[in-house]
Amino acid sequence: MNNEWPLWEVFIRGQHGMSHRHVGSLHAPDAEMAIKNARDVYTRRNEGVSIWVVEAVNIAASSPSDKGPLYEPSESKVYRHPTFFDIPDEVGAM
Amino acid sequence: MYAQMVKSEASQEDPEKLAAFQARIDAGEKIEPKDWMPVGYRKTLIRQIGQHAHSEIVGTLPEGNWVTRAPTLERKAILLAKVQDEAGHGLYLYCAAETLGVTRDEVTEMLLDGRMKYSSIFNYPSLNWADIGAIGWLVDGAAIMNQVPLQRTSYGPYSRAMIRICKEESFHQRQGYDAIRACAEGTPAQKKMAQDALNRFWYPSLMMFGPPDGDSVHSEQSMAWKIKINTNDELRQKFVDQTVPQAEFLGLTVPDENLKWNEERGHYDFSQPDWSEFFDVIKGNGPCNVDRLADRNKAWDDGAWVREGMLAHARKKAAARVAAE
Repeated sequence: MNNEWPLWEVFIRGQHGMSHRHVGSLHAPDAEMAIKNARDVYTRRNEGVSIWVVEAVNIAASSPSDKGPLYEPSESKVYRHPTFFDIPDEVGAM
Repeated sequence: MYAQMVKSEASQEDPEKLAAFQARIDAGEKIEPKDWMPVGYRKTLIRQIGQHAHSEIVGTLPEGNWVTRAPTLERKAILLAKVQDEAGHGLYLYCAAETLGVTRDEVTEMLLDGRMKYSSIFNYPSLNWADIGAIGWLVDGAAIMNQVPLQRTSYGPYSRAMIRICKEESFHQRQGYDAIRACAEGTPAQKKMAQDALNRFWYPSLMMFGPPDGDSVHSEQSMAWKIKINTNDELRQKFVDQTVPQAEFLGLTVPDENLKWNEERGHYDFSQPDWSEFFDVIKGNGPCNVDRLADRNKAWDDGAWVREGMLAHARKKAAARVAAE
């Protein structure tokens, strides 16, 4: 049996009401210890107000080779951006 | 540096793939764990990041030596925080190495049985309190020289680890300079202690950058891959240029009679360290090699029951949770 502690990915919410952001990884025997360890390593200088941990094996990720099919279609859809539309100056701020 | 003389692996793969890979690096793209990479790139990085991580961990030993004997409670708290940071830096780097397909235990065991190295600098003893100042000032100062450019390295996880580390490293160097300054501005005996620390740590710090470029056989490939950004001699010169005025401010003398500002070059001329000593330390014959490895092995062996016990507890809890569902 593999006796290495599993790997966890750590996400921290900064102080500014932002979403949780990936900050790094660590090993821990369970979620409770992962949060304790994350607190000890990743919030030493007021970096956060909330911690999420997720066991790394539970993360599904897109494959680098799918980059084209996944993201290229949006490149041609410039009308999805507000700057695509000309609004006359007389209309005011919009 | 923290990773010295990392052997670069040649790659015998599809030349087209290799060229495409090199083009990505030349374009400044980051390589991420799931991307295709040459076997040599992967192997070299594991060796380099692993050695860097081991250096962070072994580097806590000479400093931890003084935690209980720091001269004031404030210095003790600061040193403790610094040593904790270093352990964290080791963690970031081990995690980066793990994305390349080695496990933490494998990398750890390679340190413990001597298959992997750590920086030569940590095989020197910390004999007096001023050494702690000298380590922060010189050793962390030398480390920063190398780590700042490595933030731009081609491997994404390594680059991100370096960015985190650099944010914290400046505290380390400043606390060291502050500690040795207190000695240098203190009683004659304290000043003597500071000078003694500089005398002993100067040349080992210069060795941290690795052998002179002429003898550095692994640089070319690593530089093409952007896992090494500057040559050893470039960084060493930069370190000397930066550090000499700092020593002068302290009223301390750099132990090198050939040290002289060269107007023409715009750099200091300085003496090379004794490279035979460097190679001897790398081979395992430095003053503290045996102790350092013995300490790491003892910590690993003595901690085994904790690792196993906590895992057994976690499995028991998980099984109870399943049974309750």
